[in-house]
Amino acid sequence: MVSGILDFLWLVPALPLLGVILNGAIALFSERPLLLAEAAHGGSHGDAHGGHHAAPAYRKLVAFIGPAVVGAAFVVSLLSVMALAARAPHDRLFVQVLFPWIQAGGFSAPAALQLDPLSSVMILVVTGVGFLIHVYSAGYMSHEKAFARYFVYLNLFTFAMLILVLGSNYLVMFVGWEGVGLCSYLLIGYWYEKKSASDAGKKAFIVNRIGDFGFILGMFLLFWTFGTLDYTQVFAKIPLLSANGILTTEIATAITLLFFIGATGKSAQIPLYVWLPDAMEGPTPVSALIHAATMVTAGVYMVARSNALYLLSPVSMAVVAVVGAATAIFSATIGITQNDIKRVLAYSTVSQLGYMFLACGVGAFTAGIFHLMTHAFFKALLFLGSGSVIHALSGEQDMRKMGSLKKHLPITFTTMFVATLAIAGIPGLSGFFSKDEILWKAFSSGHGHPALWAVGALAAGITAFYMFRLIFMTFFGASRMEPHVEKHVHESPFSMTVPLMLLAVLSVAGGWIGIPEVLGGHNYFEEWLAPVFAHGAAAAHGAAHHPVALEMGLMAGSVAVALCGIGLAYYLYRARTEKPKKIAEAVPGLYDAVYNKYYVDEIYDIFIVRRIVDGSVWLWRAFDAAFIDGIVNGVASLVRGSGDRLRRVQTGVVGNYAFSLLLGAVIIVGYFLAR
Amino acid sequence: MMEPSAYLLLSGILFGIGVVGVVARKNALIILMSVEIMLNGVNVAFIAVGSHLGDPTGSVFAFMVMTVAAAEAAVGLAILIAIYRLKETIDITELSVLKW
Amino acid sequence: MTGIVDTLTANLLTALIFLPLAGALLLVLLPRDDGRLLKNAAFGVTLVEFLLSLPLVFDFNGATAAMQFVVRAPWIPAYGIEYHVGVDGISLWLVMLTTFLMPIAILSTYDAVQKHVKEFMIFMLVLEVGMVGVFLAIDLFLFYIFWELVLIPMYFLIGVWGSERRIYSAIKFFLYTFAGSVLMLVAIIALYFHHYQVTGTYSTDLLRMYAIDIPVKLQFWMFAAFALAFAFKVPMFPFHTWLPDAHVDAPTSGSVILAAVLLKMGTYGFLRFAMPLFPVAAVDMMPVISGLAVVGIIYGALVAMVQKDMKKLVAYSSVSHLGFVMLGLFAFNIQGIEGGILQMVNHGVSTGALFLIVGIVYERRHTRLIEEFGGLSKIAPLFAAVFMIVTLSSIGLPGTNGFVGEFLILLGAFKSSRVLTVFAASGVILAAVYMLWMFQRVMFGKITNEENRHMTDLNGREIAYLLPLLVMIFWIGVYPQTFLRKMDASVSAAVARIETKRQAALSDRPAGEPLLVRYFDIDAGK
Repeated sequence: MVSGILDFLWLVPALPLLGVILNGAIALFSERPLLLAEAAHGGSHGDAHGGHHAAPAYRKLVAFIGPAVVGAAFVVSLLSVMALAARAPHDRLFVQVLFPWIQAGGFSAPAALQLDPLSSVMILVVTGVGFLIHVYSAGYMSHEKAFARYFVYLNLFTFAMLILVLGSNYLVMFVGWEGVGLCSYLLIGYWYEKKSASDAGKKAFIVNRIGDFGFILGMFLLFWTFGTLDYTQVFAKIPLLSANGILTTEIATAITLLFFIGATGKSAQIPLYVWLPDAMEGPTPVSALIHAATMVTAGVYMVARSNALYLLSPVSMAVVAVVGAATAIFSATIGITQNDIKRVLAYSTVSQLGYMFLACGVGAFTAGIFHLMTHAFFKALLFLGSGSVIHALSGEQDMRKMGSLKKHLPITFTTMFVATLAIAGIPGLSGFFSKDEILWKAFSSGHGHPALWAVGALAAGITAFYMFRLIFMTFFGASRMEPHVEKHVHESPFSMTVPLMLLAVLSVAGGWIGIPEVLGGHNYFEEWLAPVFAHGAAAAHGAAHHPVALEMGLMAGSVAVALCGIGLAYYLYRARTEKPKKIAEAVPGLYDAVYNKYYVDEIYDIFIVRRIVDGSVWLWRAFDAAFIDGIVNGVASLVRGSGDRLRRVQTGVVGNYAFSLLLGAVIIVGYFLAR
Repeated sequence: MMEPSAYLLLSGILFGIGVVGVVARKNALIILMSVEIMLNGVNVAFIAVGSHLGDPTGSVFAFMVMTVAAAEAAVGLAILIAIYRLKETIDITELSVLKW
Repeated sequence: MTGIVDTLTANLLTALIFLPLAGALLLVLLPRDDGRLLKNAAFGVTLVEFLLSLPLVFDFNGATAAMQFVVRAPWIPAYGIEYHVGVDGISLWLVMLTTFLMPIAILSTYDAVQKHVKEFMIFMLVLEVGMVGVFLAIDLFLFYIFWELVLIPMYFLIGVWGSERRIYSAIKFFLYTFAGSVLMLVAIIALYFHHYQVTGTYSTDLLRMYAIDIPVKLQFWMFAAFALAFAFKVPMFPFHTWLPDAHVDAPTSGSVILAAVLLKMGTYGFLRFAMPLFPVAAVDMMPVISGLAVVGIIYGALVAMVQKDMKKLVAYSSVSHLGFVMLGLFAFNIQGIEGGILQMVNHGVSTGALFLIVGIVYERRHTRLIEEFGGLSKIAPLFAAVFMIVTLSSIGLPGTNGFVGEFLILLGAFKSSRVLTVFAASGVILAAVYMLWMFQRVMFGKITNEENRHMTDLNGREIAYLLPLLVMIFWIGVYPQTFLRKMDASVSAAVARIETKRQAALSDRPAGEPLLVRYFDIDAGK
């Protein structure tokens, strides 16, 4: 393989950017006149699935350009990664400086890309899964009027995500970080005429901004401690700065916790997870790409990238692990009660992201990234599958109005079922290997704790339960579809089913590159990432002296928990379908609380949002307009008022003036005489 | 040489009559005449003191005042005529347009 | 031919200052009833002015902190007053911002201004004389003249061509700024006599003032006078209440210039005069000024959030943005100050564009109330795209200009004061809240108000004047080095000058001296 390909690394983000420009031009010059003409004809129906139109030629072009640029980026990524793999393990770091971006005084942050084992994994996932989702989108969104606009956003997202994972310093990462947030905002609010969609987009952006606030402060502290934001330089300086006392544990804790605030925003962890379920207002391929496979994992990537910093602070590690575990179980419980197929998947995503953080928090960064990758496969598949279901049902998302779809949507069912097995942790599938790796490390690593393992295993059982609940409610049992919907049920076109099948293959086989040695495999994945996580290796390998039997036993335990979950789901949603309702009625308070997502949104709304808005109104009306401006206008009216009194002296009668003249003269003369 | 006190007394009386005229009367013409009386009262004082001290400056000043008074009377009367043509009155209490 | 070019280069700044004045005189001669001709003429003049200012960028030597393109001639020799103009890395981009925005502002008036076009254009051109002069003047007296010159045309622009409460707003604007500048005049005169005492010669030259030492006690009062004058102009919390009124009632082009350039006169004044002349007082007052700046950031953002009038929202957002600028300047380090200068330019571009956008909506619907709108994206997609980009720039998204400025400011400020920076950074969140909320209410949703159904998308002229702003948004965002490189030397020198002068002035004083003792001889301990 020609290693010169690495010099073209810039093409990886540049190709999607080219797509943005081309599709943007098409949106502007070809699509805009059509949309305007339509708006002028008074068509107020512009909703999700409008009527069919004769597809103009530009749409075909868009449907080609959009996926093609991402596919090309995937090819370049693949070649680059192969070139990188050809190097010796310790030499697998390639930095390409594009241009100096911000320089001021001692501060310097170039626009530079960095390819190393970690970013390799990320770009392959982003461009690979991204490509499949782009192809799927071309089919799924084909009824949309603003077709070019959709692909502008989607390509822009891919560009930003690639910048995020390829940047060679924290500032470039931050560019991608906020860039994906923007695209998320735009895509969630794609159907902007729907209030709930534009609300959700705004909420996502703002909650992410709260996280970014932490991230940016962390960067400041990092820069003033290290004098640079460059990954390589920062990590290289750690020993020196620790030795001379500049980098204390407190500072490391502060930096990493600030970064983690950013990660909780982007990766939807407690307490900033609230935006992700609402983000399901966006088109389903968007949910698959952004809110499952790529963007939401950015926080995990960031923590993993900063592993050397996190390992300096036991406090931060503990916080990451606990927040991850708490989020995993917390959102899994909410997932049990949701009826919207996409919301179930959304809470499942939040929960799985919790697993990844749990892995990072116990020092098992490799396992976290491994799960990130396998999760990208099976969760993207689940979302795309749910999209296929929704597509088939003309937009219906409520699982209570589904059922018996197995026979109508065989491909969708099969692929989704594979993904469900994967996420449930059935041995042999990708999810099993990554999830089990995390649970084992949570138990055995130096940063781990049996309690973390227990929470993780319980969450795994709940996951298996709600996922099979989803499958049973959607594909099995009697049909509960509306009659007019049922008439039009159809399997999706090839552009949608082929990506499903490919992702199904990955969901099965994706885990085979990281089979733990206890099962007689070889963890190629860990080996590949070892150079990046060299610092963490020691901590994570505290596991080495645990007996094999223990590891096997825990593995069997977690599989058993998952099987229990599946069995329970079968019992409640196949065998005794009247039971769930009874259970809900038996514990109404608890059920309502879970069903309403523990009222977290309401609590935030009442105690934070309303307070701020009311306070601001008070600031404006009472403080600004009445108090400050009152003083200003008060001074003015004081002057005016005095003038008003004083002008009465001017009677206009000459006699009065003459008299006051005389009086004045008398007073002055009198004064001099009296002296 | 005679003591100037008598002249100064006369001067004061004339000035006082003028002041009272200016302040008390409402007819602008009378007021203008009263001003003239005040000026002449001052003139008397100038000349008396000048002649007492043997200094011609007093007389010079008196001439200066007379010149100014003449000019003032001319302009003042002209204004009065203009006002009378406009308002048909020269009663100062009715001419208070400069009032706020 | 080369002779002419040489003469022009030698007197480039003079030409820049007085070209608009010549243009104004030209307009006097044109017939008053041909509005189109008057507008074209004014546009032509400002465009020529912009082209004429381009050599400033190309020939500017970024390696030196010295004043460049200097023109110096005696003016009132008896009092040591000179006509002394020059440009350095601090003023360069502000001059460019002014000349860049004037043609845009004039283009925006083509439909909006229909009455007294002649006077309007003359005032605009005179305004440009004052603004360019303020940024170029090195002589304090000359600076003061230009500073006051700006007031008069702006007063009329608001008072004659404004909306409902224009008279109130115009007078408020005038009196506020004027009250401040009188204080400044007193301080200038005091400085003038102090210079005479120290050196034995009369001078109002800023560079000579830089050279003399000013006693610490005097510094306090002079800094207070200058700072108050500039704080009114910026405007800093709590002196900001004239701004929303002035903006709401000014015509669109007036708002653009007011926000983009006039406010920068205040921040520029801090950087050029108040900080380097009185470094001891400036550094000692840093907690107060930075504190007020941070209060302004958060307060402006919160109040902006609940506004019902789009223009008022943008006006309050200016209070917030200018708070960032002040925070950066008073970080007293290179990052903060360069970020501050860049943010002045950014605010000019972004907020200028926002006012233009509000103006576009106002021209079509004659209302600026947010609740009157909704769903405009559907009927004006191009407008929506432009509005979105400007919104993102205003909230400081990376890749747009706003981010680079805010990042450098916060980076610099973090070194000076961590606590204040934490609060200031929360302003970034609030900016997203108020801008996106407004965007949502105006552009998203269904069209509920029938009157909006027939709004049109951007026309050619509007595209023409918005496009340069969009280019600047991305240029500064993606390649800020173009701008930062030219200001590097001047800012480094300014930071160094402040620090050395401060050290020198404090060299004979005990370390850790309480401020009450330093400035008022009040020793709380006794």
